[in-house]
Amino acid sequence: MTELMHRSEVAVSVELQTPDMTLNIGPQHPSTHGVLRLVAKVDGEKITEVEPVIGYMHRGYEKLAEVRTYAQMTALVNRIDWVSGFASEVPFIVAVERLTGIEAPERAQWIRLILTELFRISSHLVFMSSYPLELGATTPLMWALRERERVLDLIESVTGGRFHPNFNRVGGVKPAAGGGSQTKKISQDLPAGFFDQTRAAMEKVLHVCDELDELVTGNELIKARTVGIGIIPADKAIEFGLSGPNLRASGVDFDLRKVEPILPYDQVDFDVVTAQGGDCYDRYVCRLEEIREAAKIVLQAIEKIPAGPLQAKVPRILKVPEGQVYVRHENPKGEFGYYIVSEGSRMPYRLKIRSTSFSNLSILPWLLEGQLLPDLVAIMGSLDFVLGDVDR
Amino acid sequence: MNFWLLLLVEVVVILVVMLVGALVTIYAELKISAHMQSRIGPYYAGGKWGWAQPAADGLKFMQKEDLVPAAADHTVFRLAPYIVIMSALAVWVVIPFGPDLVVRDLDLGVFFVLAVSSLSTLGVLMAGWASANKYSLLGGLRAAAQLIAYELPLLLAVVAVVVQAGTMSLNGIVAAQAQTWFTVGGIEISAPFLLKGQIIGFVIFMVAAVAELSRIPFDMPIAESELTMGYLTEYSGIRFTMFFLGEYASMVAISAIAATMYLGGYWVPGLPESTLNAVGPFVLLAKVAFLVFLLIWFRWTWPRLREDQLQDLAWRWLIPLGLLNIVLAGIFKVVL
Repeated sequence: MTELMHRSEVAVSVELQTPDMTLNIGPQHPSTHGVLRLVAKVDGEKITEVEPVIGYMHRGYEKLAEVRTYAQMTALVNRIDWVSGFASEVPFIVAVERLTGIEAPERAQWIRLILTELFRISSHLVFMSSYPLELGATTPLMWALRERERVLDLIESVTGGRFHPNFNRVGGVKPAAGGGSQTKKISQDLPAGFFDQTRAAMEKVLHVCDELDELVTGNELIKARTVGIGIIPADKAIEFGLSGPNLRASGVDFDLRKVEPILPYDQVDFDVVTAQGGDCYDRYVCRLEEIREAAKIVLQAIEKIPAGPLQAKVPRILKVPEGQVYVRHENPKGEFGYYIVSEGSRMPYRLKIRSTSFSNLSILPWLLEGQLLPDLVAIMGSLDFVLGDVDR
Repeated sequence: MNFWLLLLVEVVVILVVMLVGALVTIYAELKISAHMQSRIGPYYAGGKWGWAQPAADGLKFMQKEDLVPAAADHTVFRLAPYIVIMSALAVWVVIPFGPDLVVRDLDLGVFFVLAVSSLSTLGVLMAGWASANKYSLLGGLRAAAQLIAYELPLLLAVVAVVVQAGTMSLNGIVAAQAQTWFTVGGIEISAPFLLKGQIIGFVIFMVAAVAELSRIPFDMPIAESELTMGYLTEYSGIRFTMFFLGEYASMVAISAIAATMYLGGYWVPGLPESTLNAVGPFVLLAKVAFLVFLLIWFRWTWPRLREDQLQDLAWRWLIPLGLLNIVLAGIFKVVL
């Protein structure tokens, strides 16, 4: 009897509750940038819990590296983050150069710098197009991609590829496309008219930045959707290992181009863009300003680029001496590093890829808790990750 | 004329107007959005300017497989698109194209319009529920919330017009706008309600109309980047086309109502009454085209708001403004 009473009391004290609905977002979903899967528990539109499931694009690059020679690896590493392929080639090549003690000629280093910045512009323009799209605005997509096409044309004219340049060589860069057999010995170099085309393209890029300012940055509806949404405090950003614009938008002044340059960034004048709020809007503004800074760097670099050879002397069969090295570099999305362990053979013994998006994505469950479903898209987009970079 | 024959003619005319209107609007959206985004837009279909693109799209959709999810509520799932398209169709019954060119000049025309146009949300809710898909369900629920929030400002905006016109018949509203407002030096001046103190009402009406149509910036029920396609997620083939046509037909219908109530409908200053039956339809269509262009312009310029921000806008801004607008309309009516 007492037990029965007890049970009835329990039944009365239980409040009316609706069970949370499990919403499976992805891997095929318009705004998960590929194949990210989020298993979200939602209470109406409110997210109570979210768990990212990654690995749908795992291609095993770290393992593949163990059966590839160093020269063969450049073709793979630029496929990790395909939106900024060149920028992920550079730290790998520099790591190999550090291990072997080869130094690339100055002109090759400047060409690497120019191309890295061009890819930064291209990558950020992809963000400029996809982020408003996730918020429902379709026009910035076309405007930003229109100018990105000019940057890709430039990249293509130098490397022969739009997305996967495969342009770095240990000890230098590949002779430019279109050199031809006649000129091979004398001018294995940037194509004719490259500097003028670059100036014209940078003008267009800066112009589209102004256009985006009018269409997106100052737009009240964009502000309503992004200001104060997904705030990452500086200490949390550091705790979760964020880097790049995501970190700088939280007010942390950290840019590997200034802190630990592996290319001649100390000879060009540029500012590290930071913001204080750490919300989606600040991350957007940081990237927009970084496009302007990158254009500034490119314009300076084409003035300062010295003449000289493109390739240092490298043995025909490249054997890397025993040792370990970690080289990191400021990718458009943040810190991108390679840890190479060599045992003195033609292939790395172990390659660890510190990919940017993987670390940047790690904050997502913390950040999304308690947010609304529409904000999930706004926050996820603002982190600007590439799934190839997450899964490797 | 025989009653049934007349009815048949009316139905066919309305169907043609709606269908052609929807197709032209789709084509306009394709072309205008292309221009805004520095694209070319449809180019080849139909030989020139891609004019046949909407029809080609429609034919393509008809060939697609008509999928009904296994877990779906079949009857409701199949019924939903027809309710949406029916509501868009029924609105045209009371829209006057000329003094005599109206299917039925109902005394409660405005009331009929509001009642019928809100039926489409019922169809949307049915689609969302019957699809047995969580995204669809969320989309359907959003649509229901949106309807409740935006039916009120729409109603309040319309009430102000009714107060000013003194009638609920749409033909009567046009006639009220054609009446002489005041006389300056022997010239009789008359103006549409937009210029007669209804500018707030017009803005409220248009905002609420965009929300009713679930177009950007209020397209949360569809919200491609959040809910894949919301209540449309599971629809394919001809049923999807029905929704699509319904959306554009409602766009034209709502624009026609706005044009009738605020821009003077078929009436245009300076034309004698006798010519209005001939010229009226074109005048109305020109005004509708302008309003449709506005809607297209909104869509390709702005991003999407959030659901709670939409509610915020409706309850904290539009409804108080709508009430204020009624008071102003009353004052306007008494004083002037």
